[in-house]
Amino acid sequence: MSFSVTEPSKRTKWLAGILVVGYALITISPLIWIIATGFKSGPDSIAYPPKMIFEPSLEGYVNLFTERTRATQDMLETAGPPKTWYDQIARDQGTVITGPSRYGARFLNSIIIGFGSTALCMLLGTAAAYAFSRFRVPLKDDLLFFILSTRMMPPIAVAIPIFLMFRNLGLNDTHLGMILLYTAVNLSLSVWLLKGFIDEIPIEYEEAALIDGYTRFQAFYKVVLPQAATGIASTAIFCLIFAWNEYAFAVLLTSGTAQTAPPFIPTIIGVGGKDWPAVAAGASIFLVPVMVFTILLRKHLLRGITFGAVRK
Amino acid sequence: MAEVTLKGVSKSFGADTALDNVTMTIPDGSFVVLLGPTGAGKTTTLRLVSGLDTQDSGCISIGARDMMGLTPAQRDVAMVFQQYSLYPHLTVRQNLEFPLKSPILKTPDDEIARKVGEIAEVLQISHKLDNKATMLSGGEMQRVSIGRALVRNPSVYLMDEPLSSLDAKLRADLRIELKSIQSDRGATLLYVTHDQIEAMTMATHVGVLDKGRVVQFGTPRQIYEDPVSIYAASRLGQPRINVLPAAVFGGAPTTAQSIGLRPEQIVQGEGEESLVQRVEHLGDQTRLHLSFKSHDIVTVTDAHTNLKSGDIIRIRPKNPFYFDATGARLA
Repeated sequence: MSFSVTEPSKRTKWLAGILVVGYALITISPLIWIIATGFKSGPDSIAYPPKMIFEPSLEGYVNLFTERTRATQDMLETAGPPKTWYDQIARDQGTVITGPSRYGARFLNSIIIGFGSTALCMLLGTAAAYAFSRFRVPLKDDLLFFILSTRMMPPIAVAIPIFLMFRNLGLNDTHLGMILLYTAVNLSLSVWLLKGFIDEIPIEYEEAALIDGYTRFQAFYKVVLPQAATGIASTAIFCLIFAWNEYAFAVLLTSGTAQTAPPFIPTIIGVGGKDWPAVAAGASIFLVPVMVFTILLRKHLLRGITFGAVRK
Repeated sequence: MAEVTLKGVSKSFGADTALDNVTMTIPDGSFVVLLGPTGAGKTTTLRLVSGLDTQDSGCISIGARDMMGLTPAQRDVAMVFQQYSLYPHLTVRQNLEFPLKSPILKTPDDEIARKVGEIAEVLQISHKLDNKATMLSGGEMQRVSIGRALVRNPSVYLMDEPLSSLDAKLRADLRIELKSIQSDRGATLLYVTHDQIEAMTMATHVGVLDKGRVVQFGTPRQIYEDPVSIYAASRLGQPRINVLPAAVFGGAPTTAQSIGLRPEQIVQGEGEESLVQRVEHLGDQTRLHLSFKSHDIVTVTDAHTNLKSGDIIRIRPKNPFYFDATGARLA
């Protein structure tokens, strides 16, 4: 039998495959559970033993996006027959729709705050990382450590000072306040990650651009930035995931106008108990933007576009 | 094109002195080659002229214009780096266009296309123009890198061992090509190399650098035929100059410490006996490794010689160089 040092054996490949598939199953099963629950009816969602096979229902999604009240005989008579399919679903549960829920607004808040803070974080992070990577900054190492120290404590440890600060500045429950806060928290991570990526781009490229008639900023923009795209994309994904999923600060600092989806979703209460299908539907939709963002940037996550152009 | 002058230029990196009071004039339209081993200050000289680094003291001017405080872009220089630093996210064509599209030049599109086409032709990379820069072989990358400098018409071209990574055939081709481009355009070129063939064939002037100092500046023939020191004499000549104690041959001046003999300064068939150690047939020439009074001598003889190792041959010096104890040439 042939034997190669670099090529793994058949058995090794099988073992690796089983491990990967096993890990994938573990990570994906809660996701499947949430998505499935979103399409269950109320009783099915809390059935024991859990129902793996069930009749799909849009009850959760209808309940997520609407406010309803328990229908009395009078109301049903004055309202007449259900006008739409979602009216019908509400009637089937013995309720009538009284108006849209706040989920849409909360979701929009999450988008504004999540993407806003990610964009700001990339802007400041790239500039700072470039400076740390290329210029002689006094006390560089101490500064980098100091920046990182903001991530060394749990949010709850700084929550009270931040709450007081925000109250005095009038930033409580505002989009701007949350964008600034998430940017501040994420900036340390993005500066560190981006500095690593920029360090890897040889300085010769910028020197060549300077000689070719460009200014330092133009060289940064035309030569460094395109090569750092991979790093910027992956850092942006990390920042977005944090800002998108953040719960503790959102619970403490937002309550109405700027409340994001994470603190809102668990408060969805159905008629006579927690409305699990609606909660699951809210969580399912909540997953979509990060998933789309990650898939769009996936190309950039595959490294390797800059290899081999400089002889070392 | 312009004349470049360095006056009393010094540069240190921490405790290391890279350049020590260098004064040199690169005449307009000349091809100046800087020779010296690693660490002699060749690359530092280029970087100071280009403006990528700034000298600690002294004055650099290009075309009588003082360069102090000017950025590389303002200095109007083109440079080929030792590492072929092509922009990896661009195609070959975009790499060549890059300097022409700079905010300083802002070349019209049709002229860009013409110049890029011309240079690609000269450097034999026309068929690769639309390839990604990273999809090239090392030799092709270096040609594009040279091309990126040649598409421009700057005050001075700076080249840092541009041919060192190429194979012998291509190196010979490009040597001729570079030389003819330079003389056609009347370009001023400052060129760093280790390779003495490049120095001998292309240079109008050679600057010999030693530990950050210019020890000799002159035409390649001057450096070869009239070196100021053992160090300068060793830079040029293949095989290298033989340096022996002055006393091994008679007739040395009293102050001479050593005698320097190039192959053509050794007359064969007359004088004192020496033992042939080894005969190397290189095709166009044959090298003799001789042992003379326990000193090794390498010289050249007839390509079709019948000498073999163990033979005895008589040799005598003819117009040799004499050097004093510090290695400086005695007049």
